[in-house]
Amino acid sequence: MVFNPNRADREKLLEMRSIKKSFGATRALSGVTIDLFAGEVHALLGENGAGKSTLINILGGIVQPDSGSILIGGQTLASFQGVPAARKQGIAVIHQEIVLVPHLPVADNIYLGREPITRIGLKDTKAIHQQAAEIVETLGLDLDVTRPVGELSTAQQQMVEIVKAISVNARIVVMDEPTSSLSLPEVTRLFEIIRRLKENGVGVIYISHRLDEIFEISDRVTVIRDGTYIGTKLTSETSPEELVKMMVGRSLSALYSRNFRPRGKPLLLVKGLSKRGAFENISFSVHQGEVLGFAGLVGAGRSEIMASLFGADDFDHGSISLAGRQVRFRNTEQAIQNGLAMVTEDRKRTGLVLSNSVGFNLTLPALPSLMSGPLVDSRRKNQMIDRFVGQLNIKTKSAWAPVSSLSGGNQQKVVVAKWLAINPKILILDEPTRGVDVGAKHDIYSTIDELAREGLGVLLVSSELEEILNLCDRVCVVRKGRIVKTLTREELSQETIMRYAAGAQTRGDRI
Amino acid sequence: MRRELKPGAIGYESRRRKIPTKDPDGDPAQRARGDGARNLGIMIVIVLLGLILSFLSPIFLSPYNLRTVLLEITTNVYIASGMALVMILGGIDLSVGSIVAMSGTLTVGFMALNHQPLWLAVIIGLSVGLAIGLINGSIVTFFKIPSFIVTLAMLNVARGIAYVYSGGRSTRMMDPAFTNIGSGYLWVFPLPVLYMFVLIALFVVLLNHTKFGTYIYAIGGNRESARFSGVPIKKVEVITFAISGLLAAFAGIVLSARMFSGQPSVGVGYELDAIAACVLGGVSMSGGVGRISGTICGAIVIGMVSNGLNLINVSSFWQLIVKGIIILIAVIIDSQKGNPNFFKGIFGGRGDKPFVPGNGASSKNGKAHEHHLTNRQSAFLS
Repeated sequence: MVFNPNRADREKLLEMRSIKKSFGATRALSGVTIDLFAGEVHALLGENGAGKSTLINILGGIVQPDSGSILIGGQTLASFQGVPAARKQGIAVIHQEIVLVPHLPVADNIYLGREPITRIGLKDTKAIHQQAAEIVETLGLDLDVTRPVGELSTAQQQMVEIVKAISVNARIVVMDEPTSSLSLPEVTRLFEIIRRLKENGVGVIYISHRLDEIFEISDRVTVIRDGTYIGTKLTSETSPEELVKMMVGRSLSALYSRNFRPRGKPLLLVKGLSKRGAFENISFSVHQGEVLGFAGLVGAGRSEIMASLFGADDFDHGSISLAGRQVRFRNTEQAIQNGLAMVTEDRKRTGLVLSNSVGFNLTLPALPSLMSGPLVDSRRKNQMIDRFVGQLNIKTKSAWAPVSSLSGGNQQKVVVAKWLAINPKILILDEPTRGVDVGAKHDIYSTIDELAREGLGVLLVSSELEEILNLCDRVCVVRKGRIVKTLTREELSQETIMRYAAGAQTRGDRI
Repeated sequence: MRRELKPGAIGYESRRRKIPTKDPDGDPAQRARGDGARNLGIMIVIVLLGLILSFLSPIFLSPYNLRTVLLEITTNVYIASGMALVMILGGIDLSVGSIVAMSGTLTVGFMALNHQPLWLAVIIGLSVGLAIGLINGSIVTFFKIPSFIVTLAMLNVARGIAYVYSGGRSTRMMDPAFTNIGSGYLWVFPLPVLYMFVLIALFVVLLNHTKFGTYIYAIGGNRESARFSGVPIKKVEVITFAISGLLAAFAGIVLSARMFSGQPSVGVGYELDAIAACVLGGVSMSGGVGRISGTICGAIVIGMVSNGLNLINVSSFWQLIVKGIIILIAVIIDSQKGNPNFFKGIFGGRGDKPFVPGNGASSKNGKAHEHHLTNRQSAFLS
């Protein structure tokens, strides 16, 4: 089905015309226009801080625009205030962070706040479960509505959010980076659901950083940059290069600038590492100047392996030797002293102290190296901050601005910077570009290459196959807590990795 | 580890740009909030309170009375400094009031009843406070029990020790070598006030210029991130609670020296005064945020209120009610600013009411409200 916006029988669900919004002195949106037809997936593309969130918050009734008009079903809305008002207009926003009550069953979460009531005024649990099950079935989902949400996987929780949106009969569904924490098969499932929504005449505004997804699922793409409307394209008539150019304002010479060189001496040797219930018999080695990738599905145990290696978690058996010396870190402090660094998967939970400043976060692991006597040498500390803010091109107002005021990409750069500041020999990167815009990705990729050139050993855990394919010298494919295959650069291909990761054909190959 | 970018690549121009790293106050927590005038709110409260009290009572501003106020706040400042550390760490220490009684009773008792020398008695007094703090910290960190529960239990234990040792009686101690600790003067300054200044200086340095201080902020701000950043969490936690216990013990000894006696019933509710001072001074109940200077301001406000109410002959029963209301106001202020996502929540999706800048700025009624707005706007503008 080729989408054609000019066809007269298309019903226009939504039109936002020259929306303007300023926060204080900051202009978040200066005249953005977007429209949405029934049965269309309209991708909204832009770097972090481009104004996507503001636009969506206006649509969701959370923020009021300064000027501009919103038309729903061809009718201008005079005032549009509050989430309930937006809901009444058939708009449902699925935010990036999942907001569900973990202890409540799926069905109760779906009807939270608008539960059907029995004659005597009690919550009608039976009706809730019945209705929820119906929606789940029409969407072709495999979801037990009586299970507590907390027991579900992230992907399933995301599905619950979608079901929740549909249960209010939303005609306009906004999805804000719905795939950021999903694995590939889960993304495929999500896309099936989106296609089903389309068939039912729902319009979807789809926000994502991942261009491949946009080309797979969307009909049209609107690009905004620095709050300005750049343009709208039919997806079938544009190219990734064109979109990147629109998004960042100039072309990226190459997103991946990795130079492969012969590897140096072995740095780290892991043998038979096991932890009950997490991973088993993990063996690999990392050499100087090498980027060793860890591919696999989300939940395959890669992050757990890294956490144990880094001393953040314990392990049961196995040995780790560092430059020929047997080590076992009881905590991260010891790992850091031995030249290990780890950019963790979730920067908000384990990477940053959000209540504190850029400078505070950037120097936290390196503090022991900044002491003069009992006091921290603030001159050297400031030099360190200045150097790494420059080196990683972190965009911040000042070193003492709260790190939470930075965009996702820049926050991630602070995490990378804080580990470079300890001058590590081995750098573990766990999903280093999750939720990060193209510009920041480019900076992080070129940093990885630079580090490899300097002789660091890099362990890269990533669920983005693109990254694994373009950056790694060798790749360990992890499935259900085991390394099922180690692939050399020559053997790398998307199909091979997926085959091993999903476990379709492992019998013939022995490691 | 220098890296270069090819011309034309993203960020090429801005790569070598300097960013301001000057940190005028040397107080990362303050800067981190993006709020340059963090103490402004409470400063205004202090000035207004001073004005009101000087109208109500002509002797309020007399040098003698001001010295009294300063002397009266010392105990609270000692305790509140330790409490601030614990609260920035993300905990709370309810045992401090009882430690005050315990250390005072034991110190006086060891001299008066057991006939030990002064230095030994003081060391014993300090040691028991330190010990209670160490136990608090160890249980909190090794058994992962909320500090509220642990220190609540220790509140009883310490008070019990004071009563068991003294048999419930207070012990007089008139030896000038001892009473001088609390009643002596250096020039015009009462010694307890001098201790207070030394302590404040030490704590400002400790919190802002040492690894330990930074680690307290890190753990309180995000324990998991701190753990992954190589912060020795257990060590820092145990030491922080130990410091709080030690300071409470110190407060107890100075107080008993000022009262010429060790009284097992003293110090009831001191922990609440300390918490109130911290919260009034901007220490977040949820941890990670706070400053010593703010805490001192908080203690000053509480001290001024007590003193002022005494001067205008308000009964001590009424004073309790006034103090309670002040604590409530402080907690309400804290609930607004302790949550850095409060503002984002409004933009980001959970709140229903939009925040329109300038909307609330016109209605400035009440200190609490005004303070709240300053925070709100600065967080908004940063």
